[in-house]
Amino acid sequence: MTLTRDGIAYRVARDFPEGSYVNLGIGIPVLVANYLDPDKEIFLHSENGILGVGPRAAPGQEDPDLISAGKGFCTLQRGASLFDQSLSFTMMRGGHLTHAVMGAIEVAKNGDFANWKVPGAAVPGVGGAMDLAIGVPNIYIAMTHVTNKGKPKIVDECSAPLTARGVVKRIYTDLAVIDVDHSGLVLREYAPGLDASTVQEKTGAELRIANDCREIEVPAAANGAQLRH
Amino acid sequence: MIDKTLPTCRDAVAPVFNSATVMLGGFGNTGMPGRLLEALRETDKTGLILVSNGAGAGDYALGGLFKDGRVRKLIASFPAPNSTFFRERFQKGEIELELVPQGTLVERIRSAGAGIGGFYTPTAAGTELAAGKETRVLNGREYVFEMPIHADFALIKAYRGDRLGNLSYRGTMRNFNMIMATAAKHVVAEVDELVPLGTLSPEEIHTPGIFVDHVVQVERHPRLFEPQQKEESAT
Repeated sequence: MTLTRDGIAYRVARDFPEGSYVNLGIGIPVLVANYLDPDKEIFLHSENGILGVGPRAAPGQEDPDLISAGKGFCTLQRGASLFDQSLSFTMMRGGHLTHAVMGAIEVAKNGDFANWKVPGAAVPGVGGAMDLAIGVPNIYIAMTHVTNKGKPKIVDECSAPLTARGVVKRIYTDLAVIDVDHSGLVLREYAPGLDASTVQEKTGAELRIANDCREIEVPAAANGAQLRH
Repeated sequence: MIDKTLPTCRDAVAPVFNSATVMLGGFGNTGMPGRLLEALRETDKTGLILVSNGAGAGDYALGGLFKDGRVRKLIASFPAPNSTFFRERFQKGEIELELVPQGTLVERIRSAGAGIGGFYTPTAAGTELAAGKETRVLNGREYVFEMPIHADFALIKAYRGDRLGNLSYRGTMRNFNMIMATAAKHVVAEVDELVPLGTLSPEEIHTPGIFVDHVVQVERHPRLFEPQQKEESAT
């Protein structure tokens, strides 16, 4: 069994302690917002100027002056604050946020990653990805383990244009949770029913197996529809 | 008596000249000066260099300037996949794009407004966006040297303003508007409501009038209320 997009998001959300200040990128990462522990005070940052992003605005309740970085109408969490771009990027680049979750095209064994320039895209756009990447202490990647053609996205060396060098701390995929440390990749968890060798076969770089390597715990309710690419 | 108000957006954009560098506030549609942009479209000014986070969506306001072929160069961080008219001109080679990481774009604008000659940032070090730029290792970390971006004009948007040019914003409207107000020779703000002097409390003035040359009250462009892009199903 593999994890769905929601299953990956659920697993990522388990790793935020109380008091985390988190930026969620587009794609699988934004789904993490749906699985945060309601018993913990965790604040979501939106680079256009919000700390404490709440749920989407209900139909009819949209405020055109209040959007999140994905450009959808949002609400504010209790205790939220609003600010301009300069203060927002001070939080990002200055190391004040605690976590950023981003998608990726490729991640290398040394923590390099590529996510801003999709090969073949008509127009390049970078947004705040590079600023988050160099500024936020815990860079987490949430993505599918392989491309839709089955090619590994976790590799010895990135071939796509880099977002930053040596910054990724942890990778969450439909198959595994993998840490990046000073000596390379460490397999921490694998999807229910898989094993370490299956994950290694689909990974383009060598994995060390953690001593306490185990199955990812994800409830069926959070892992409903099977992953689609 | 100081009075920075102007009756129409047409008056406000009249000083814009061919090949001017123009900063445009807004992140998505929020805080985008839609009426000023439409007024700029009605002029014949061309060869513009625009500084903006994105490249607009649809065929109005910022998207409209690309549609009409008025832009020679765009300095931006995120021309989105739905920036149709920018994309078409870019692919034909009619527009130059200077792609800048968003935080670096912010800081380059802020530097211009704050009188800073340049700065070193770790953002983009070791990537193709640092190609050709001076780099320096400070305390063991690589930094990229970036220069300020000055503009001839800044067209910005606020919620309320007064005749001195003091401005106040709502929600996420502040975005690029506050820093762009500091970095251009000539700054024009469109506001939803022009209020009598003294109505805005000193605490709620986000952009002091010292930075603003003109203020115009507008009715918002109705298309700026539309969602620009659907998010994934975050609830």
